[in-house]
Parts: sequence; structure tokens; C-alpha cells
Amino acid sequence: MRRLLNLQPRRPLRLALFLAPVAAMLVTYLAFSDARLAENPQDRLLPAFSTMGDTLVRMATEPDRRSGDLLFWLDTGVSLQRLALGVGLGALTALILGVASGLIPLAGASLSPLLAIIAMVPPLAILPILLIAFGVGELAKVMLIAVGVAPFIARELEGRVRELPREQLIKAQTLGAGTWLTLWYVVLPQILPRLFDAIRLSLGAAWLFLIAAEAIASTEGLGYRIFLMRRYLAMDLILPYVAWMTGLAWFLDYALRALNRRLFPWYGAEAGR
Amino acid sequence: MSELTLKNVGMRYGDTVVLERLNLTLTPGTFCAVVGASGAGKSTFLKLLLSELTPTEGSITLGGRPLPREPGPERGVVYQRYSVFPHLTALDNVCFGLERTQGDALFGRTWGRKRRALRAEASALLEAVGLAAAAKRYPGALSGGMQQRLALAQTLALKPELLLLDEPFGALDPGNKQAAHALLRQLWAERGMTVVMVTHDLSEAFTLGTRVLVLDKVREDPHNPERFGASITYDLPVDRSAPPGAASIPHAS
Repeated sequence: MRRLLNLQPRRPLRLALFLAPVAAMLVTYLAFSDARLAENPQDRLLPAFSTMGDTLVRMATEPDRRSGDLLFWLDTGVSLQRLALGVGLGALTALILGVASGLIPLAGASLSPLLAIIAMVPPLAILPILLIAFGVGELAKVMLIAVGVAPFIARELEGRVRELPREQLIKAQTLGAGTWLTLWYVVLPQILPRLFDAIRLSLGAAWLFLIAAEAIASTEGLGYRIFLMRRYLAMDLILPYVAWMTGLAWFLDYALRALNRRLFPWYGAEAGR
Repeated sequence: MSELTLKNVGMRYGDTVVLERLNLTLTPGTFCAVVGASGAGKSTFLKLLLSELTPTEGSITLGGRPLPREPGPERGVVYQRYSVFPHLTALDNVCFGLERTQGDALFGRTWGRKRRALRAEASALLEAVGLAAAAKRYPGALSGGMQQRLALAQTLALKPELLLLDEPFGALDPGNKQAAHALLRQLWAERGMTVVMVTHDLSEAFTLGTRVLVLDKVREDPHNPERFGASITYDLPVDRSAPPGAASIPHAS
């Protein structure tokens, strides 16, 4: 008998092992859902897949009776826009701060400890401050996401810049580059793929802040909708919305990875690593 | 071409003396190999010549002028690792120095005819080190030997007065090492720059160098080993007119 840690599943087995827990979860859900629905056809807690499908189609294709909007697409668009603006703003700020702090010792002396402290501030705790400062409009929600992800990305990039071999910075100087040109031609191009990686890692937190902000102060958005529907125990809408958000998050992660591979073919295959 | 002179140079970190009383004059075109045990201060010696470190005592002059306080294009360097930029193709790596020194201060790059001339020059250099076919490849896709040849081309593009080599072939297998030696010797013969090569490989030092320096401690304090630093204990001229391999290696006691 071979040791457990040496056993490699072959392809069909690998697929089966992946599908088994998924199937188990679906079957369990169906069993409980059927049992509850058999007892009470009006049950809202574990709706049938057909009910969820109907609700989703209604949200996506029938205009809302009050506003005339297609709520599903409105929510998706608004939420994605907030996410993009927040993460974009946060990442840009973080790029500037992180690279400055990592490359320029004089900047790092003040930025590095400051970032370490700011990163410890719980972003949701300052949501009230953001709401007071920026109002309950779009800006506060975008700022919450930006404030939430920026310190993490900045510290990550600072570390990545410091990880660049000292030899490269010396080399750049012997090839005629000063601070500015080293930043522009040596540091920045090598940091951009790492920025994309850092954004991917911070997307989970960004979604959290988005949904929190929408739950607290909003009139549309994916997070707003599920918290609104919670009052009516409308699991037939909440569950598909959660699945949709999961899908969106997965797609964003995949797109960023693909973009990284496309834009930076050298990344991951560096010399001497 | 300019002369490199060290006068009574010493380097200490706090109470730890690494190098002391280095006196040396390298005539232009010398190929100086520096050997010594690990921890004898070889790397520190090279960092001093690069201005990555400033000597705590004494002075270094290049061509009669004090050594610039920061690394610059008058001195080129090839390291054992991390010598080329991983995010640039082989051709762009060679263009790097030409672009930065010939471009404007803001953008550090060139356009139009100047750019084409510069790329042609870089291509010729790549050809000279046998990498013409790999011009569009990234360093990650090159072998160790190819990367070091690329690093040589990249550094020589700016025609430095002083070429500093830090164990440049230390990670290569014997075959690649010999090929790299032949290439380096040829480039040195063609261009006549002064070379300082730090190595722990004695035979490499005597095959390539016209002058071999040995760094070691002259004085020892058994109770305080950090009190004295290494100095030049042997300064051996190597006769290049003799056939390779015939140079006699004196025994150090």
C-alpha cells in the first residue's frame, strides 16, 4: 500500500472527487426543500430551484412596477460600478504610496509606520465618519471600499518593491538611470503585475465593504437588495443573488489573472528566482 | 582610459573592520582578478569600487578624480544573479543603458532615427555575444550562461571605463563557464577596458587575470577577530604572453 501523501488521483477520479461534495450539497438541499414544501407549499425558507429561477427571470426581465427599472441589472450595474471605482481609487492611491515608501527611503521613513498603523483601523468602524464626511450618496460607499483596500495593497506593494534585488537598482544607476528613470523603467513595470495580484487578493474585502455599505445606506445595489428582501424572508431571491455575486467575484478574479498573463508574459518566469 | 587608484582605503562597520590599508594602482587595461576566502571582504571591495559603499578611510580615484559618490555609467557591473531586468526582452535589456543615457531627462528614451540607430547598435552587441537569435526573448527563458552573456552585452553597451564583475560565472557549469571565459577575454582584448573581477575560483582568476590580488587578514587578534580587517596579501602579475595554463601559481603559506 502506498503512502497517502504519495497517492495522486487520476483524471476521472479527480473530477469525481470534485463533483461529489457539490452533488451532495445539492441533493441535501433538494431533499430538505422538498420535505418542507410537501408540508407547506408556501414555505419561503428553502425554495425550489424552479421558484428561484422564476424570481430571477422576473427580476431580470420585468420592469419594476414602481420605478420601471429592470432591478437585477440595475443592482448589478450599480454595485459593479461602486466596486470598480472604490477598488480603482484605492489601488491607485496604494500604488503611489507603496512604491514611494518602498523605493525612496526618505518617503518610507514617514509612510511605512503610518501605513502600518492605518492598516489596523477597522474600515467598517470608520463608516460612520465616512457617511458624515461624504454624505449618504455614492461617494461614501466608494470611499469605504477605497479606504478598506488601500492600506493592504499599499503595504503589499511596499514589500514587493523592497523585495526587488538591490542589484537591479545599482545596475540601473550604472546604466545611466536616476531615481525618476529607475522608478519609471525598472520598478513600475515590475510592480504592475504584483499590483494586479494584490487587487485580486483584496477583492474579497472589497465585496465585503460594498455589501456592508449598501446594506446600511443605499437605494439600489446587490447588497441593498438582499438585505431588503431579508425582511420578507425572500430566500428565492437572496440565494440566486448570492450565487450571482459569487460568480461575478470569480469572474473578476479570473479576468485579472488572464490580464496579468497577457500583459506581463515574463511574470512568474523571472531570471534567477 | 583612466587609472584606478586606492590610497590607504579601509572599511569598517562599527567595531568590525572588514578591509584595511588597501593600496593599489591599476593601469588602464588591466584585468585584475580578486580572490580570497569567504568573508575576506571581496564583495565589500567591489561595493567600494561601485560607490555602493563609501570607504571609512582613505580615498579612491578614477582617472585622477575622486570616484563619483553614486554608481554611474563610467562603471559597469555584472553580478552572479539579478544582472538583467526580467521584464525586458534581451534586446531591450541591451538598449536600456543607451536609451537612458541618450534620451532626455524626463522620458529617458529616444525616438525616430536616433532610436533606430541605437537599436541597431544593441543588435550588433547581441550578435557579438552570440544572442542574436534570442533578441526577443525574456531573460527567464534564457539559460544561465546566456543570461550572463546578455548581462555583459548590456553593461558593455555604455563602454564603461571600469568593468566590475562579481562572481559572474560562479553559477555556470564547466562548459558554459569556458565559453563565457573565452567571450570575456575576447571582449576585453577588443575594448581594452580595466576589469576588476571578484571570484572564489583560483583557476578562473589565473586564466583570465593579468594581475591577481589575494585578500586576507595580515594581522589576527585571537581574542577579538573583528579588530583587524583583510588587506592585499599577494599581488601577483600573470604573464599573458605565456600559453594559457602555463602561469605558475605560487603557494601561499
